[in-house]
Amino acid sequence: MNKFIPFAIFCAISLALYVGLSLNPSNIPSELINDPVPEFALTEVGSDTASFSSETLATEEDVIIMNFFASWCAPCYVEHPFLMELKNRGYKIYGVAYKDRARNITRFLEEQGNPYTQVGADENGRVGIEFGVYGMPETYIIKNGIIKYKHIGPILEMQFEDEFIPILESAR
Amino acid sequence: MRIIATFICFFAMSLAALAVGVDEGRLTDPAQEARAQDIMKQLRCLVCQNESIVDSNAALAKDLRMIVRERITLGDSDQQVLDFMTSRYGDWVLLKPPFEGATIVLWFSPLILLLVGFYVVYRNLKKQKFITTAEPLSRDEQARLKELLTEADDC
Repeated sequence: MNKFIPFAIFCAISLALYVGLSLNPSNIPSELINDPVPEFALTEVGSDTASFSSETLATEEDVIIMNFFASWCAPCYVEHPFLMELKNRGYKIYGVAYKDRARNITRFLEEQGNPYTQVGADENGRVGIEFGVYGMPETYIIKNGIIKYKHIGPILEMQFEDEFIPILESAR
Repeated sequence: MRIIATFICFFAMSLAALAVGVDEGRLTDPAQEARAQDIMKQLRCLVCQNESIVDSNAALAKDLRMIVRERITLGDSDQQVLDFMTSRYGDWVLLKPPFEGATIVLWFSPLILLLVGFYVVYRNLKKQKFITTAEPLSRDEQARLKELLTEADDC
């Protein structure tokens, strides 16, 4: 009996390490899941009025996507074709240009295509902080103004059909 | 000469370390700034993860430092500032995890491991008979002891 105790401890520690070390440390769960979107009001790129706000999102009835991006962010270029694909499939995507200049955003959207219904300009990054954003890009799935899911980093090809679309559909 | 030059170089480079966490928008009230610095030390930089936002020069860390200062000027208590951060970034943003149900193992595991260690050491020592009752001295040893004691008395 006594012989098995060290073996049992070894097994317990191995299991704990196996689970603990296989977690991705850069995947920080969002605090805001199932919470209403934080209040914000942004001016649309190329406009002066605060026409894109939390109310815009709250009045949307179907599931929508909110994407934080920037023209200076290299992974955003990788992600962009998938956003275009989402738009083609009929999803509504709202964009927030994080710490970017209007001129650069406009050029980015001209070159890469514009999948966004509206693009808010978050020049000082405060709306990003309200959403708990800490890296670019980040994507939120929102329904009726409630945050359902947060994807950190670019949506990659391998995740798109197998992970992202099912989550998006299940939020509907 | 070269050594002196090296020292000057090292000194100049180490000055850069002092610059981190020094922002343009420091609070004018030294007491408030000290409070802000104290709170910043407890907040994790989410970009670099193992640095506090005081130590990090990531852009987000700088933004968060400014928010801490802003909340303090608005009259928030230390706890309110920390709550502001955890409501957005979760408990993860605190370098010191809170004492609650899910983290109780985390807080007590060092103590448990220490106790297990004590038990293992105690058991091994007992097995090797380090912990035993003292055996009485042999005859020779007693004679030697008496000799030494009388010697000491002579002094």
